[in-house]
Amino acid sequence: MATLHILVVDDEPGIRAGINRILHNYIVSYPFMDEDIDFNLIDAATGEEAIDILNTAPIDIVLLDNKLPGMDGIEVLEYINQQQFDLAVMMITSYASLDLALDATKSGAYNFMPKPFTSQELRSNIDNVSKHLFLKRMTRKMQAEGKQIRFQFLSVLSHELKSPINAIEGYLKMMQERQMGDLINDYDRMIDRSLARLNGMRNLIMDLLDLTKMESGKKERKLREINLQTIAQTAMDTMEPYSIQKNVTMKLHTDGNTYLLADADEMEIIFNNLVSNAVKYNKENGLVDIYLKDKNNSLEITISDTGIGMSQQDVELIFKDFVRIKNSKTKAITGSGLGLSITKKMIDQYNGTIDVQSQLDVGTSFVVSLPRH
Amino acid sequence: MNDEKKLILLVDDDVDYLFQLETMVKNLGFNVMTAESQMEAEKVLETTKPDLSIIDLMMEQEDSGFILAYRARKKYPDMPIIIASAATAETGYNFDLYTDNNKNWIKADLYLEKGIRSDQLHREINKLLKI
Repeated sequence: MATLHILVVDDEPGIRAGINRILHNYIVSYPFMDEDIDFNLIDAATGEEAIDILNTAPIDIVLLDNKLPGMDGIEVLEYINQQQFDLAVMMITSYASLDLALDATKSGAYNFMPKPFTSQELRSNIDNVSKHLFLKRMTRKMQAEGKQIRFQFLSVLSHELKSPINAIEGYLKMMQERQMGDLINDYDRMIDRSLARLNGMRNLIMDLLDLTKMESGKKERKLREINLQTIAQTAMDTMEPYSIQKNVTMKLHTDGNTYLLADADEMEIIFNNLVSNAVKYNKENGLVDIYLKDKNNSLEITISDTGIGMSQQDVELIFKDFVRIKNSKTKAITGSGLGLSITKKMIDQYNGTIDVQSQLDVGTSFVVSLPRH
Repeated sequence: MNDEKKLILLVDDDVDYLFQLETMVKNLGFNVMTAESQMEAEKVLETTKPDLSIIDLMMEQEDSGFILAYRARKKYPDMPIIIASAATAETGYNFDLYTDNNKNWIKADLYLEKGIRSDQLHREINKLLKI
């Protein structure tokens, strides 16, 4: 049970007592809230008294009469705005004066309630204002967490960028100090590893560029009817040098209309990521099958490999930023940990879906469905 | 002083850094065992008691090093532990072992930034091994 603190500001003791009676033991519950809300009521007879209380006690809701003996309701409201208290104000007006109500809502009051009111009216107003407050606070919390996620992303990113620098610097120092003697051949492994780490860094930077373009939304999208068969073929051509090394055979199968209204660059990113994964995580002499299937209202892309596969546990993680599945089989494979997260975000932009089926040591299939508009 | 070479366990998920550290520590005259993850290190610790461990902070999780250090300290309370990481400067993780509060929850004897020079590392290891 959560408790909201309501400050009732009214110079008429009868009104204050009435509100106390109506809201005492009143409970608000919503399906989307974890807990029910009850209310703790605090009274103030004047604006001055109200301000004293606001400065010392945590108040969530203010029921504020406008006509008060000293400073009036609007002045209290102005003070509340000035201090930027985290609360909602509901004005109570003796007679429903439209001007006053407008003034008050302009100055930040959540709403107003004309006097006299029935207990039902008061309760339904309290329902609304509690819900409003809850949503406002939840939104703010989520925004703050969004920033937190951003910060985590950056700290992991800097770690991912700094690790290869450290590794390469370490190797260069070992060479500088001739730690393995004077023969250049004895440094082959270090040179190979340095080049591999540089390559990894380059890929990470490319992936980051993709991500930045997408997240900033600044990249101009050029939507036109493109043939995904061509895009798939380009992705296969790009991976060919690598697939030859592993003796992996890639095959493209099409069924029906393979045209889709889309941005060619974005489709390339999707295909490049999925096809390169299918080759990278394959076994020697493995297969990669790419299917493009016309489903009338959508186009279905399936990319299947006969590779190392993943456990269900791993499958749940792979679309997150910087996630790389670490085990003895993936040890020698480089990757930024961003490819699939980018792919997923890209597919989301097309209101599409991506599903994964995987079995350890048997292979993995990614099924992408992109709707036609 | 023992004639036996002391055994040092090195744990880091960056195979290149691990290789470099291994080379450095071997050159300092120690025996070395390596592990590439928190899990692998825990397996090693089940059967072997190193004289000292040097543990990377961010491995499977960003705090794997702390967890490993905690478990290692529980199993071998007298084994010195060094946590090494490139983390501080860029992540905003700010910790040191100078305050009692941090000493309480970070079960390590020393926190080192990666990129340490061989002679510095030698000095720190000797200090902890009381050589």
